[in-house]
Amino acid sequence: MNEILNIWSYLSEGPLLWLTVTFFAYLIGLGCFNLSGNKPVVNPVLISMVLLSALLELTDTSYATFFEGAQFVHFMLGPATVALAVPLWQNWQRVKAAAVPMLAALVVGGTVSMASAVAIGYACGLRGELLLSLVPKAATSPVAIGVSEAIGGLPTLTVALVLITGVIGAVVTTPLLNALRIRDYRGRGFATGVAAHGIGTARAFQVHGTAGAFAGIGMVLNAILTALVAPLFVHLFF
Amino acid sequence: MIFHFGLFLGFQLVGEILARTLSLNLPGPVIGMILLAALLLLQPRIGQAIEKTATGFLSHLSLLFVPAGVGVVQYLDQISDIGLPLATALVGSTVLSIAAGALTFKYVNRLRGVPDETPE
Repeated sequence: MNEILNIWSYLSEGPLLWLTVTFFAYLIGLGCFNLSGNKPVVNPVLISMVLLSALLELTDTSYATFFEGAQFVHFMLGPATVALAVPLWQNWQRVKAAAVPMLAALVVGGTVSMASAVAIGYACGLRGELLLSLVPKAATSPVAIGVSEAIGGLPTLTVALVLITGVIGAVVTTPLLNALRIRDYRGRGFATGVAAHGIGTARAFQVHGTAGAFAGIGMVLNAILTALVAPLFVHLFF
Repeated sequence: MIFHFGLFLGFQLVGEILARTLSLNLPGPVIGMILLAALLLLQPRIGQAIEKTATGFLSHLSLLFVPAGVGVVQYLDQISDIGLPLATALVGSTVLSIAAGALTFKYVNRLRGVPDETPE
């Protein structure tokens, strides 16, 4: 028993344990997703999040200790964002051809996201900095943090709202767009990227390469739109 | 593969440097992505070389959000008393935004007389 405790205390100090556990949690999430026949509700990110949180709770491990290992995975978000240049390049002719509907969908989708989040939040009794923290929630997290700070929101809360938005988007997008009878993968992906940034984009890549490519563009364009428009929006309505 | 990965890191680094020096409101990786896309359009050979690595990498994009997601679950305790209004706002606005964006894309195309791309 003592020996096990020794190994545990050794492993729990270094990054290897939680890095490995993060990979396995994701593999379990992915396994569940595949077993379900790729049902969007069985979202691999959501499953791994819940599994890992339960495990941290059970082993009385702090998030800081966990993140020491998991940070290597987290870090890859940067290069992955850069890698989105590749599907953009592959689909360049189609992107150019669809520039007009994309820009229209960006302005409408991005504005609806900000305005409806604030309107619904207000109707549910949220005020002040809580309401402001909602404004940039559809943008990718580094942009959302900066915008939240600039407009007087709570950046930590915004990060949480951004991630939850991504998971909601990833779960609802397929059934929602099926119900609306929208079949074009360009529009489906693009709207998902605008509304649900990288997590929505990850979901779009699971469905179809075209949807993923257009979702990546939607994410980047809405990051730009949010950075430019959110301060103006807040100036007008607050 | 290592070279390809180095290319992504290199562009991220250049993006970070540009974001700081020009004090742009965009994250370094986003600037890096725009620059890399420009390079690929000018030099398609590089694109063909890194295609496979990028596609493999991006097919597991979901994994990369897991560490931050666990952080959010830890944070939920602190916002539990405002959880319901926040959740309502997030679900409502996300559904409305996806629907509005996708419908706009569809009807703007229809107005221009461009047919839908139907999935194979």
